[in-house]
Amino acid sequence: MSIKPEERIAATLARLILDPAAPPARHIAVGAASPIPAAACWLVKKQGHPVRLSLLHKRSGNPFTEGSRELFDLTGQGRIDLFFLGGGQIDGQANINLVGTGAWPGTGVRFPGSFGSAFMYVMTPRTILFRDEHSPRVLVDKVDMISAPGVSPPGVFRRGTAQALVTGRCVFRFHPDRARFTLDSVHPGETVASIRAETGFDFDVPDTVPATPDPTEAELALLRGPVCDEMLETYPEFCARVFGRKHAA
Amino acid sequence: MTPIPLEAMAASVPDGALLALPPDNSLPSVALARALVRRGAKGLRLLGVPVSGFATDLLIGAGCVAEVETSAVSLGEAGFAPRFSAALKEGRIIVRDATCPAIHTMLQAAEKGVPFMPLRGLIGSDILANRPDWRLVDNPFADGGDPIVLLPAKSPDVAAIHGVMADAEGNVWVGRRRELATLAHASKRVLATVERLVPGNMLEDERLAPGCINATYIDSIAIARRGAWPVALLDEYGFDAAHVAEYARLAKTAEGFAEYLARHVLGQPAQAAE
Repeated sequence: MSIKPEERIAATLARLILDPAAPPARHIAVGAASPIPAAACWLVKKQGHPVRLSLLHKRSGNPFTEGSRELFDLTGQGRIDLFFLGGGQIDGQANINLVGTGAWPGTGVRFPGSFGSAFMYVMTPRTILFRDEHSPRVLVDKVDMISAPGVSPPGVFRRGTAQALVTGRCVFRFHPDRARFTLDSVHPGETVASIRAETGFDFDVPDTVPATPDPTEAELALLRGPVCDEMLETYPEFCARVFGRKHAA
Repeated sequence: MTPIPLEAMAASVPDGALLALPPDNSLPSVALARALVRRGAKGLRLLGVPVSGFATDLLIGAGCVAEVETSAVSLGEAGFAPRFSAALKEGRIIVRDATCPAIHTMLQAAEKGVPFMPLRGLIGSDILANRPDWRLVDNPFADGGDPIVLLPAKSPDVAAIHGVMADAEGNVWVGRRRELATLAHASKRVLATVERLVPGNMLEDERLAPGCINATYIDSIAIARRGAWPVALLDEYGFDAAHVAEYARLAKTAEGFAEYLARHVLGQPAQAAE
């Protein structure tokens, strides 16, 4: 069975979660419509790392007894270490747009909306951005509108920002001090030139850019087995498409 | 508390009401939404607490809605909400974008009876730039230079929730979804549909009491079997993904949506089932 793009992104996210250079991730939250980050978190957990996972949309055994309000209150206090955000558009300053294109509130294409991003991105020490589609329409020079900003002016309370952006083609690291991304690794089949061609924003490139490592056999076995088992109830369509597994209703 | 018929409950919601609906994973009364479509409600202002799903798209498609205040509208794995997107594009609804904790906070302010509450974050988001009703102030407890957003209290006219059961006193059991208590405390009226009635008083049972919304806050109750369908209800029944996918496919066009309404909302069989 060949490696699916979603499996590669999940394994890459898992390595970023465990990055020893980043602040520790003791309590990780996963929001709505986030099957790939959920898979990455379960992979970390099934590898035996002692993390607390709070998956907002888990039905059986949901971690919260006060719904999403409890997630935001925990985050407000600084008790969530890591969160994940996607974006209909993401720009070179790590601003994310979940509202839409054109004029406010999305007169071109309307996306679902900002969810908790305008709070979570600012109040969580670490955020990992993810988006499988890597194209100039998604990765833009400047987002049409800002759901949540990548950096804040001095004096505005902020605990953290993007650690990295993982796409279907590469991994970028974010540097908030200069509000720019650096290319960190490229997935198989990609080059610096092909990433440049598919990216609407300018970014920095080190002298050598390594290949993103493939998921190991052990990681794939965990993803397709115990990780999928945990996700079937919440993400049946994703599990059927990526892991070829059906949820017994 | 004596239950009333579902259609009478829908008749009690005036046109133009600010109607709060929980999201698809937190016990919205989809049965009441269907009954509002059947009664031909107009000009409703919907509040997603804190996001919106199936019932919101249904009400928008049926022409019942003038405004939506929410943090997102989606059908989960079935994708974007098609009737919401179409109505926004055609300028038939006003959309007030928010972010989830802001909606919770506005309800918490109403629950406490205070005029506003502060919330961190938001600064630098275009959501704030498009919300003239939200204010940026300097934290009066710091020595200056700490901007923070104030949000006004929000008190919905009606909250439409679907609980598992109601007892003879009118207490409604919602299990772990206790964020519904905040919504109930903040709303002027709570209309609760339930799967079934149980005798006695659940507040006398230590195991049930924490999952109850006290009858103090409940305006009326109607029995609606499978009243959350096609969304899930705790451990009673799951999300009907096939049905929502069928809805998403049909609701891509106005004609398809009309076909869906005729088949699942307006027809006699649907009324009998509820």
